[in-house]
Amino acid sequence: MAVYLKNGLFDPFKEVQQHQQQLEANIGKGQYGASAVFIGSMRDFNEARNVSSMTLEYYPGMTESALEVICQEAKEKWPVLDTLVVHRVGDIQPNDSIVLVAVWSAHRGAAYDANRYIMEALKSRAPFWKKETTASGGHWVEKNTPA
Amino acid sequence: MAITVKFFARLREELGMDEVQLDFVAGLTTQQVWQNATRQEVLPAKTLVAINQQYASEQSLVKDNDEVAFFPPVTGG
Repeated sequence: MAVYLKNGLFDPFKEVQQHQQQLEANIGKGQYGASAVFIGSMRDFNEARNVSSMTLEYYPGMTESALEVICQEAKEKWPVLDTLVVHRVGDIQPNDSIVLVAVWSAHRGAAYDANRYIMEALKSRAPFWKKETTASGGHWVEKNTPA
Repeated sequence: MAITVKFFARLREELGMDEVQLDFVAGLTTQQVWQNATRQEVLPAKTLVAINQQYASEQSLVKDNDEVAFFPPVTGG
């Protein structure tokens, strides 16, 4: 189970590959039959506005622990072998990856369900706040879009 | 005998402060801490509250040395 906050670009596919190699080193190859990977990226539009860039504020300490609690909940609800969450903070440009959630389990059902659970819980409980920059200035995003 | 009060995102900008130390007074709720820290009567609608980096309510009691945080609904992911 790992949680990382990154202040700068990250390659989600490389993160998944590295974490999976570590997982195989820890529990051996052939243990997982399913890896569910979700990657969220920054759009250049939101609520009918063109967005040129964005800043993600967070609460150092609480953000990490909230994400760890969410992943732990997922492990208690489903037979999950491992989880990885990576989230950007700071300044972000359109098309940048913002969030990665990866879940490894023996079967696809648990991997899909746990991945969705972590992502939705992150959206409603992890302390991150987006401030978008548009032609008319900076705007705090008031609420997340529906799934 | 003090508590630390933190503000994030839109609240931090609107109040013009990110952190303030207050003398500890026994028996205060987070709602009362908000009033003492900001001189505003009412906690803005939908404001989230945390004590020591765990979610709490407006009625939660604050202890000496606690870190109390106020912030808007979260918008990560």
